[in-house]
Amino acid sequence: MVKPLIRDYGSPGRKGYSLPELDIPAGELSDYLDQSLIREKPAGLPEVSEVDVVRHFTGLSQMNYGVDSGIYPLGSCTMKYNPKINEDIARLEKLSQLHPYQEEEQVQGSLELLYELKEYLAEISGMDQVSLQPASGSHGELTGLMIIKKYFAERGEQRTKVIVPDSAHGTNPASAAMAGFQVVEIESNQKGMIDLAALRAAVDQEVAALMLTNPNTLGIFEKDILEIAEIVHQAGGLLYYDGANMNAIMGYVRPGDMNFDVLHFNLHKTFSTPHGGGGPGAGPVGVKEFLSPYLPVPVLSKDQARYYWDYNRPLSLGKVHAFYGNYGVMLKAYAYIRALGASGLKEATEHAVLNANYMKARLKDQFELPYQENSLHEFVLSGIRQKEKGVSTLNIAKRLLDYQQYAPTIYFPLVVKEALMIEPTETENIKTLDKFVETMKNISREIEEKPQLVKNAPHHTPVRKLDDVAAARNPDLRW
Amino acid sequence: MRLPEELLYTEDHEWVLVEGDQATIGITDHAQAEMGDFVFVELPEAGDRFNQFDQFGVVESVKAVSDVYIPLSGEVIEANQSLLDQPELCNEDPYGRGWLIKVKLSEQTEVASLMDKEAYARFLEEVE
Repeated sequence: MVKPLIRDYGSPGRKGYSLPELDIPAGELSDYLDQSLIREKPAGLPEVSEVDVVRHFTGLSQMNYGVDSGIYPLGSCTMKYNPKINEDIARLEKLSQLHPYQEEEQVQGSLELLYELKEYLAEISGMDQVSLQPASGSHGELTGLMIIKKYFAERGEQRTKVIVPDSAHGTNPASAAMAGFQVVEIESNQKGMIDLAALRAAVDQEVAALMLTNPNTLGIFEKDILEIAEIVHQAGGLLYYDGANMNAIMGYVRPGDMNFDVLHFNLHKTFSTPHGGGGPGAGPVGVKEFLSPYLPVPVLSKDQARYYWDYNRPLSLGKVHAFYGNYGVMLKAYAYIRALGASGLKEATEHAVLNANYMKARLKDQFELPYQENSLHEFVLSGIRQKEKGVSTLNIAKRLLDYQQYAPTIYFPLVVKEALMIEPTETENIKTLDKFVETMKNISREIEEKPQLVKNAPHHTPVRKLDDVAAARNPDLRW
Repeated sequence: MRLPEELLYTEDHEWVLVEGDQATIGITDHAQAEMGDFVFVELPEAGDRFNQFDQFGVVESVKAVSDVYIPLSGEVIEANQSLLDQPELCNEDPYGRGWLIKVKLSEQTEVASLMDKEAYARFLEEVE
């Protein structure tokens, strides 16, 4: 079912416009341009009518799948629905028609919103100060680690190592290495949590920080967090909180109260701003007071009733983004927080956790559940039973597409073989959850009865299974 | 899972064939099966020297990128140039045409620290 390209719709001479007759003398291109600048052959542009173009692109848009089309249960990514009121707010003329070089006096309203957003994020996370500048989660991680590095440099301490558990998001070790640290990986225990003995053994005078996601990537809350924090702090190190799973605890537990020193938020996860696709994101960083001198400049500050950008921060890292970060994204997160309010945010957390546990309870008989601990907002199944029948988790994910359901995250976290990591988010209702569960059970039955059907999936998508090996071995990077 | 008798093995799933003061090194059938289809192999140049268990190259499959470690100290005599165009040889013939490097050994006694076929088979069972 290969879709035609735009030029396949065309016919020589067909066009989508009609211009009035020329009322000046017609010239030749060569009268105006040097011969070397003129094409020898026509450019081969599609010759199409307006309706051809509209149908082509409408057709392409209908092949798309997004969170506006259906469930998108990518574990660890928190693909929640993005309320449309966020978009309305961010497009308000008085908020959007501004220039970053405008005088502070003329944009006090916008600065007030950003200042309030910082305060909300600080309150939700239990941190003292927040910078909205970083443009994504990983950018926030890098900024947070640079703050830690700067802190130790100012104290004259040589700390070169960052500890990362083996269940961590891949960005954690990557950001630590980017910031110039040596990464030390520690193994999780049988319950999928930090092994305190392994942590004690890894902590020494060279450790700058432990990076941790809580709940972790298995969706399990690290109950020993206060003891973990004490082990790291006693050795003089700091605690970094990866805010990717904030969706699971918002309004209930605060990383600041768990004694974390630095964190980043993913506004595109927990705070419902658009996600992925290379669009602008925002990964604000929060710190405890003792780290606030190192935050990126300028720091949005308030002097009585006036908001201003404070550049007088001699210990600051400097800038990590042009101007002040991705302002439009911040407006959407602000709108989300204000629309839900404190009680609504708590309710969102409850539903996220309830949804995940409901699905886990309904799927754990068909699929292996490698870690039995209570889950929060996501859970990880293993496809090893299905693998014994010759059907891999990748095949299951592809088969889901045939049922017009989006596949969960697969093969992550790395500590689970044939992993299927499911995060329904709070925005799905019970009907949608049941439909996904029934589809998974169907596939499980298919694997028993006709495994070949699943192995050769997908069957009903615009393109069948792509040959990623051939694509990697012989990449064809242009047409 | 093929495990030739004449080879020695490491916990990082490399194999080595020792012949006098020379050795041929590659990755095991188990490793290639776990990694999946290879798409890229990066190897050292002749003359490069490595200590035992140093990283000497990188193998990449659709699934993962992995470092490869040298089982025995020595100087590289030759790297398998055919892998640059045909990384799939590591999948198709891991103990033959999929070899990675040939080395002139500098520390013969290190051989004692490697596993024979039986020990490696037991090791694979433990990690599974």
